[in-house]
Amino acid sequence: MRVRPARPGTLRRRQTRTAYTFLLVPLLFFLVVRFIPTFLALRLSLFDWNILKEQQPFVGLENYRTLLEDEKFGQALKNTALYTVIGVPLQIALGLILALMLGRIRALRGLYRALYFAPYVTPIVAAAWVWQWLFSPQFGPVNTVLMWLHIPPQAFLTSPHQALATTAGLVVWQNLGFQVVLFLAGLAAIPRSYYEAAEIDGASGGQAFWRITLPLLNPTIVFSVVTGTISYLQLFTQVVNLNFTDQGGPLGSTMTVALYIYQLAFGRYQMGYASAVTVILFVIILAITLLQLKFLTRRYDT
Amino acid sequence: MTAAVSSPRRRADPRTLLAYAALTLGIVVTLFPFAWMLLTSLKSFQELFNLAFFPAAPTLDNYRQVLTETKFLEWFGNSLLVAGVTTVSVLFFDSLVGYTLAKFDFPGKNLIFILILSTLMIPTEMLVIPWFVGVTDLHLTRSVPGAYFSIMFPGLMSAFGVFLMRQFFESLPDDLLEAARIDGMHEFGIFWHIALPLVRPALASLAIFTFLGNWNAFLWPLIVIQQPQFRTLPVGTALFNGEAGTQWGLIMAASSLAVIPVLLVFALFQRQIIEGIVLTGLKG
Repeated sequence: MRVRPARPGTLRRRQTRTAYTFLLVPLLFFLVVRFIPTFLALRLSLFDWNILKEQQPFVGLENYRTLLEDEKFGQALKNTALYTVIGVPLQIALGLILALMLGRIRALRGLYRALYFAPYVTPIVAAAWVWQWLFSPQFGPVNTVLMWLHIPPQAFLTSPHQALATTAGLVVWQNLGFQVVLFLAGLAAIPRSYYEAAEIDGASGGQAFWRITLPLLNPTIVFSVVTGTISYLQLFTQVVNLNFTDQGGPLGSTMTVALYIYQLAFGRYQMGYASAVTVILFVIILAITLLQLKFLTRRYDT
Repeated sequence: MTAAVSSPRRRADPRTLLAYAALTLGIVVTLFPFAWMLLTSLKSFQELFNLAFFPAAPTLDNYRQVLTETKFLEWFGNSLLVAGVTTVSVLFFDSLVGYTLAKFDFPGKNLIFILILSTLMIPTEMLVIPWFVGVTDLHLTRSVPGAYFSIMFPGLMSAFGVFLMRQFFESLPDDLLEAARIDGMHEFGIFWHIALPLVRPALASLAIFTFLGNWNAFLWPLIVIQQPQFRTLPVGTALFNGEAGTQWGLIMAASSLAVIPVLLVFALFQRQIIEGIVLTGLKG
């Protein structure tokens, strides 16, 4: 839209009117369905709010004080951090390796890329069922393979020590194809002349990777880390469906913050207390996102 | 990264062969769960736990049971309705907002864009509690239009879609829209008849992502669906355990039936899906 010199004021006024007419319904939507509920959650967190009770007394910061001593919340927080720390680097590293290898091949590249992407579009609930079966201690094919390799069968999802890693494995399996596609696009955007110049200067493949590929992939990496972290911090569906009867088990070892919120709010109807947990989760997501955007985008700027 | 500079003569480069080998192994690992699911779904009850990879006597019995003895088709229909309506709504509103933010000049434009984008950081867990209190207060969850409305209302617009469509509309030349304006075309007509057809690839990619996202949505439907007849496919299959005992054959058949349509859609629209990721990822 160029503002023409003749009567610019009227044109701009007309544009403003049209724009706000177009935006009216969407703005109402974002206000009513996103912003107002956010403030309502903040407000709820200051009440002892139980949907089944008559009285919903105001308790100030009491819910937050209780949270500090809530061991289950502590465990959920620790687990969620663990999922993020395992999952995000793993899927980024594997995604980059696969994308580099896919960039090397010509034939079958499109087919391979599509096949790696298939888990990403698979319904999580169905994937979780299959995962349970694959890693079943008694009947699972994974243990069968381990036995061929003379490794003792493992308990996987039924062990408090292995369940979290097995669950993270499912999430990585589902997200990997998405990472690969992102990195392939990032790699394709790097001009080839850079590599040609590097080779003329006698740079090794490794040097080219650390000095050209990685710095120029920085926007893709930042995007992957930020979106990946946000999604891992909200991990819910996979965890619930891998153990529907003992959600977050065994022994709370797979419990996440999101699942704890769900149990508090919709299992015990402690919605005020659950809202306090959501506020903490929101603050964590906000802080991590801003920090990552600030530091990760700067690292390679020179 | 010598691949970029190697000449075609060095095709049998051992490192390329190694890449093929590693990639193929990766594919086998990636696709194994699908193969296991399909093959198990074809096993009869007697064979289920015998650890063989291939069924000795393949049978479609599990599928027959899923389709006739469970509510699978009802769940499937509910999911289709929910994902279909939300997709149409997202396509219309998100492209309208994206277009307005890209092509109009008005006070508050940047603020509105930033506010919409910032909603991406609000965790769904934070919103579901007030949403639940709201739909319960309005007694929406038990009647027919109300129950479906309460399942789908959070997804009727998406900040991600606004972002994607704005990117696409920004690359559209202004002259075209200006010409239509001089011809006296109505502003909505310009959007609908001129601008929208030019961003069809973006619409296709947004449509697929929105549909998949709502088809697979779990947390909110699990919370808000109170009557069995409104269950969507993920909620229905998740609760399968309780209703059918752990009948693995049935579960694998139901999972296959849930996965196959999605994989078909993906196979058909692979290019648009990947293009959509590329555009959001690179410019994001």
